[in-house]
Parts: sequence; structure tokens; C-alpha cells
Amino acid sequence: MLRFLIRRVLIALPTIILISIFVFALQKLLPGDPLLVLAGEERDPEVLEFLREKYRLNDPIPVQYLAWVGNALQGDLGTSLRTNQPVTELMAQKLPVTIQLAVMSIIFALMIGIPAGIISAVKKGTVTDYVANVVALSGRSVPNFWLGIMLILLVSVKWQLLPASGYVPLAEDAWQSIRTMLMPSFVLGTALAATMMRHTRSAMLGVLSADYVRTARAKGLSERVVILKHSFRNALTPIVTLTALLFGELIAGAVLTEQIFTIPGFGKLVVDAVFNRDYAVVQGIVLVTAVGFIFMNLLADMMYFVLNPRLREQ
Amino acid sequence: MTDATTSEIAPDPVLTAKPENRVWKKFRRHYSALLGGILVAFFVLIALAAPLLPIPDPAATDWGAVRKPPSWTHWMGTDEIGRDVMARMIWGAQASLLAGVVSVGIAVIAGVPLGLIAGYFGGWTDAVISRCTEALLAAPFLILAIALAAFLGPSLTNAMIAIGISATPIFIRLTRGQVINIKSEDYVDSARAIGLPTHRILSRYILPNVLPPILVQATLTIATAIIAEASLSFLGLGQQPPAPSWGSMLNTAKNFLNQAPWMAMWPGLSIFLVVLGFNLLGDGLRDALDPREH
Repeated sequence: MLRFLIRRVLIALPTIILISIFVFALQKLLPGDPLLVLAGEERDPEVLEFLREKYRLNDPIPVQYLAWVGNALQGDLGTSLRTNQPVTELMAQKLPVTIQLAVMSIIFALMIGIPAGIISAVKKGTVTDYVANVVALSGRSVPNFWLGIMLILLVSVKWQLLPASGYVPLAEDAWQSIRTMLMPSFVLGTALAATMMRHTRSAMLGVLSADYVRTARAKGLSERVVILKHSFRNALTPIVTLTALLFGELIAGAVLTEQIFTIPGFGKLVVDAVFNRDYAVVQGIVLVTAVGFIFMNLLADMMYFVLNPRLREQ
Repeated sequence: MTDATTSEIAPDPVLTAKPENRVWKKFRRHYSALLGGILVAFFVLIALAAPLLPIPDPAATDWGAVRKPPSWTHWMGTDEIGRDVMARMIWGAQASLLAGVVSVGIAVIAGVPLGLIAGYFGGWTDAVISRCTEALLAAPFLILAIALAAFLGPSLTNAMIAIGISATPIFIRLTRGQVINIKSEDYVDSARAIGLPTHRILSRYILPNVLPPILVQATLTIATAIIAEASLSFLGLGQQPPAPSWGSMLNTAKNFLNQAPWMAMWPGLSIFLVVLGFNLLGDGLRDALDPREH
């Protein structure tokens, strides 16, 4: 297992290096001299010279890249032009907000996606299965920012049940914090639930026709035990690994969800950075999410081993 | 979901038909795919006919009719500066579909040849292309598109380029996998044995055989691309005002939920329907083109 893991990490390394090159290259896409953008409106020659020195823009591009990567490895992703804060500090501030949103969304997704997937697999070919699939397909097709807007219209404007926007830190007022996060995480959670339902359904279908399931039925075990203990447990491996891979969808969904519900998280940070032309922040976020995704991939591989003892022996 | 319409025990009449009929019959039998086709055709027709339809100018403001609910003069109501929502919806369909088709076109044109090369030649070429693909896939689709749109500058064209680049790795990976599957088939071996040049083998023998799954993926990716364009426009990174786009209409509508909820209804509903259409069509095509299923 250790050998496999080391191999996986070694494969991930060139990918991470390539990602850093892509992210670095982004700033070369800027039309014209990036310095003029960085220096702002005044364009003081002294400031320009200082920035040129700081970003080593007089050096050849490979040297610039190495300097940038060197800094990034030390946790220095540059400084926000808007707030003058280090990018890493800004991200660290916003991260807990998005993590809370992510965790609550995943809870929603699991609560909806897994039971729906199990039921539609067990009742394959029936009306229930058909309805579950139509709902999942609709979930895949509905733009989740629209779903968010419609929910605000209904729940906040019409019924006045939940706040339409804002954020209360969990440590400050736990109840209020969960209340404000309820609608956003439901919106994001349903988007993930559709994917999760499809995964669960196909994993369950694969297991339900296995010999040991037939044996369990032949022994006269109750259908509940057969499905939950004998089938679902075995279907769990692909479900868990695929959940780890939903990371990308989760982050992308968070961008829109946070924008609609004005939640000051990671996603709001990237959108605000784009509008403030705060390019260091945009670069930092792309780099961190991409590396995060690779890390989740590794985690998924590891979980595969942990959950499936048969693989460990090989 | 399509299983519900298929009887599992009765002899399958489809299997006894001629191959070319079989694909069409299987496809037609799936009402959901047909529904998808109708939805897509409807929006394509509207988008194409936009200049011919007797609708008001989508950019014409009317300060005497600001945020009017749907009525006989304005079927879908008016927006915050008195523009006709239906006219903007119809012209918005053009932007949406164009974005979907063009960005997927970019992804296919860039991704398929790279996938063919990676899969056919293997070795170092494959390693380099595959690592680049993985690196691009690691950044979440929308984040990558946002970053690209941000650095390229906000416009519909740049949004399409950004979405296209973000979707390219999907096609590289798919094509590569397909090529690896078929490149050791006998007919490819014999083409090589009679000394055909590599580009002929790739274009005449391999490409046609990897095309069906690419077609399916392209249809499904158009759905994703339309949502991505709407998302970018919603964030202000796509179609720029005053040109109409469903995403930017939703962005404005969000500020008038209390007074003019219809402004948010139509664009979202249209995105949903057109994306649903492409998803249904893609799923149907997959069932129809995959000889192994059922």
C-alpha cells in the first residue's frame, strides 16, 4: 500500500508543477504591461520601478516563475492590491466560512442523494426509479444560482422564514449561523445530490446482482438487512471516493451560491478580486483550489484502500 | 430512467432491425430523448428567428413602462428600465446557444486531435499531454473559466474562449481513452501493415470509430457550457450590458425580487429548459449509439 501511495504522490508532483506554470502564465494573458494594471491609476515612475524590482519583471520569464514559485512554497502568494493584506492571510480568513457552507451542503447532499440512489436502484425500472431519475436530471439541469434566487423569493420575501443573505460566524451565535446558512447549503447540496444519487444508484445496481446478495436473500434475511447491510456496505466504496471528487463541483458551486446569498467566503473573494482587478488573489485561489483538488484525489485513492481490505493485500 | 419504457422479457424488436434503423428506432423509442430534441430545436429556432420575429428592440427603454408585470403588450413583462423581457429572452437565447456551441466547438477542435495523438503514439507524447490534461482538470471548471475570463477581460467572446479551454481536457481524456481501446484492433493493424501514412490511419480508421462517444460528450458538454456562460454572465464576466443574456438578466433581477419577480422567472426557466434539453438529448444519444447497452 505504501508503495502505491508513494507512486501516486510522485505522479501528482508533475501535475502540481504544471498547474503552477498555468497559474503563473495567467498574468501573461493580461493585455499590455501588467505593471500598469498593478500600479493603479497614478503610475508613479518610482512605484513602477519598485514593482518591477519586486516582481522581478526585468528578469527573464523562467527566473520570474522560479521566484514566484519560491515565494508560493513559503506561503507567500503576493499581496492584495485592494486591502494590502497578504493573499494567504485573506484566504485563511475566508476559508472557515466556505468550509461551513461546504460541510452543511454535503450533509444535505448525502441526506438526499444516498437514500434516493438506493431506492431507485432497488426499485429499478419502476415508476419510483423513473421519478427519482427525472428529479436528479432536473437537479443537474437547473442553474443553482436561479434555484437560490427562487428560494429567496419564496422563503425570505414571501414567507419571511429565513434571512436572504448575510453571515454570522459559528462561534458568535451557532443557531443564527446555521439558520443563515440553511438556504445556501440546501441550494448547493441539491446540486451535489443529483450527482451523488447517480453514483449511488449505479454502485448499488452493481452490487445487487452479486452472488452474496442472492445468498443473503436465500438465507431468508429480511430485505432491509439484505439492502442496508449486505448491499449498501459494499457499494459504499465507490460512493465515498466519488464524494471526495465532488470537491471541484463544491468549490465552483460555492462561488455562485456565496454571490447570491452575499456570504463572505472563498467564492465571494474570487469574484470580488476579479472585479477589483486583484490578480494576485485570483491566481492564489486558482492555485490553492487546484492543489486542493489533487489532494482530494489522493485522499480518494487512500480511502479506496482503507475501505476495501481486498486491495490492501495486493 | 429509460429502462422504464423497455420491457426486459419480451423479444426486442429493435435488435432484429437493420443497424441503421436500429439506431434511429432506439433513439425514437426514448421519449425523453425526443423531448430533449424538441426542447433544443425550439430554442434553436427562436434564436435563429430572433431578427425576423415581430418583437420590440431588446435594448429599447420605455420609462413609461418600468417593471410592468406580464400583460398583452408585454407578454413577459418589462424590466427595471422598461425593456421588453420577452424580446430580451429571445435575443438572449442566441447568446446562450452561441456560447454553448462555440465553446464546445473550441474544446472539440483542440481536444480531439490532442487526444488522438496522445492515445495513438503513447510514450512521452502521451505522458506530456496527459499530465497537462490532469493539471487543467484539477482546477474546478468554473474557477478556471472565471480566472481566464478575468485575465482576458469580460466579454461574451472571452467567456466562450474561457469555457472552451476549460472544457478541452474532457475531450482530450475521452478521445485518448477511446483510441487506446481500438488502436490494437485488427483493422488498424492491417491499415498499418499495408503502409498507410499515420495521418490517414488516424483520420480514416481511428477517428470515425471514436466519434460516437465524442458526439455524446459534446452534447452533454453544451449543457454544461450554457450553464457556465450563464454563470459567468451572472457574475458580470460574460455578455456585457446592454446586450441581452439570460445570466446577466438574472443578475439584475435579483435586485428587484420584491417588486418584479417575473424578471427572475423567465431567464432561469429558459436556462433550465435548454440545459435539460441538451442533457436529455445527450443521454438519449448515448443509449442509441452504444451497441453494448441492453
